[in-house]
Amino acid sequence: MNLSRREQLTGRVFLIALIVVTLLPFVSMLSAALQPRGTVPSGLEWPSDPQWGNFADAFTAANMGALLRSSLLIVAGVVPVSVLIATMAGFGLGQLRVPGGRLVFGLFLLGLTLPFEAVVTPLYYQMQDFGLLNTRWAIILPLIGLYMPFAVFWMRAHFTNVPVELSEAARVDGSSTWQLFWRVQVPLARPAIASLTILMFLWTWNQFLLAIVLVDDATKRTMAGALGAFQGQWGTDLVLLCAGSLLILTPTLIVFLIFQRQFIKALIQGSVKG
Amino acid sequence: MTSALGSAPTGRDDRRARPTPTRAHRSRWARAAGTGWLYVLPALVMYAVFVLRPLVLTFQYSLYDWNGIGVARWVGLDNYLTVFTDSDLLKIIGNAILLIVFFSFIPVALGLLVASMVRRITTGAFGTVVRTILFLPQVIPLVAAGIAWSWLLSSNGLVNQVLRAVGLGGVARAWLGDFDTALPAVGVIGAWVLLGLCTILLVTGMSKIDPALYEAARLDGAGPVREFLAVTLPSLRQEIGVCLTVTIIAALASFDIVYISTSGGPGLQTTVPGLEIYRLAFSQRQVGLASALAVVLMLLVLACVLPIQRLSRGEKP
Repeated sequence: MNLSRREQLTGRVFLIALIVVTLLPFVSMLSAALQPRGTVPSGLEWPSDPQWGNFADAFTAANMGALLRSSLLIVAGVVPVSVLIATMAGFGLGQLRVPGGRLVFGLFLLGLTLPFEAVVTPLYYQMQDFGLLNTRWAIILPLIGLYMPFAVFWMRAHFTNVPVELSEAARVDGSSTWQLFWRVQVPLARPAIASLTILMFLWTWNQFLLAIVLVDDATKRTMAGALGAFQGQWGTDLVLLCAGSLLILTPTLIVFLIFQRQFIKALIQGSVKG
Repeated sequence: MTSALGSAPTGRDDRRARPTPTRAHRSRWARAAGTGWLYVLPALVMYAVFVLRPLVLTFQYSLYDWNGIGVARWVGLDNYLTVFTDSDLLKIIGNAILLIVFFSFIPVALGLLVASMVRRITTGAFGTVVRTILFLPQVIPLVAAGIAWSWLLSSNGLVNQVLRAVGLGGVARAWLGDFDTALPAVGVIGAWVLLGLCTILLVTGMSKIDPALYEAARLDGAGPVREFLAVTLPSLRQEIGVCLTVTIIAALASFDIVYISTSGGPGLQTTVPGLEIYRLAFSQRQVGLASALAVVLMLLVLACVLPIQRLSRGEKP
């Protein structure tokens, strides 16, 4: 790259400006969260006596323990099932090339750009009919369905690129399709599955619309949905609101920082394919 | 599914004891087709029950006047007529289209600017840190972004603090509460969320461009602008398409940020279709109208996204 030094420098300056802008909201929230309770914080101002105890207050006020549990239950209900059935469908469509598969795949593609708002109203009445409103199932089941277009698209893209000879060889070996799937194809698909898992986790954890429409009780919602309720309840107490928001986004941040390489790869690939 | 598994050899020992290639051969393809479908079925069922069925119902509801409880009355296309003639609803759709400027154009333009100057983010520690930080807004819930920015843009917030510090205290205001600035302020939140993603996607695309192309352009005497138009832009076509697709969907189908930061106000200044669907269906009990708006929103997304897909994936340079 023969970029001139000056250009490279401007590039760096821009990048650093971008980083500062990205981080400022977090820093500003932190500074507000550490002000004494009952005061009205102003802008970015490091408190002379940071009140770390505010986080403990927010933890109790937000009922964080129950929220974490609820979000984990929802993730546990959505992610493994979604990943499993999407991998199976991707295998069926991309490797076994079932007759009529193109049609089915087209049907899935139909949902790829679908805004959740477009189906949330009928989903509400459907969940009512199933007697599942206000239970975590009301979030779990629709989310699995709503993730299918992307998830199947993603896994099919992987399985289409696996040479069919591999399956042939396994068959000659006498394996059943099920064995072929688990022993040969799934291990090979591990990177695609890992990326998909990360994306599904993130999207579930942060799901807001379904949570507020289908579940009234904040302690049965996702983290994002619970944060909405927390804002409704504590919106006027800015110090507590900022502390609570930071607490609620901490788990995602921790998971993100641990898996950040995979996360970034998944997000890049995810948006490119989606 | 279990029945299909039952017909397959059940265990390893069984298979070894009875290697029956001929039998397996005979029925292999017929069985493979049937078995294949069993793999597709679970995903298809979940998709059909929780997406396709509601989708059909949305179309159906949109043709009725229904309060969600009582008897629905057939009204044909009246709800669509309302969507396209009611000045409030038109304004709401207009708001979503205006948000595209902030959610899409600004992040893509700034992203391109940064990408063309950086070309590749250093692979070392600096690169990792840059990537990690720029992705943060993608990882946190949009609700949290909404709360953070509501605070930044409030009358006591950081934005006004900075303005006062540089002597522009006169323009300081509650940005999200002001009739003139509320929608752009919501737009800024969206821009903040999507800027990092676009930048990283574009810089990643940039690093795949053959440096020889730039050398050739320089030898031809191209300046930075010509270089950008002749090399960068065409080579990044696919990445730009991806950025536009993702961000335009985020703008048109926005909900979380608006719900949290302004609830659509003041007046209808920041109300977007997603929020109005929610309100119509669940507060005002006009399920038919809400569904018609949902259908229009869905078509609007397709009308914006499909041409971009075609343009960016069509003929490759």
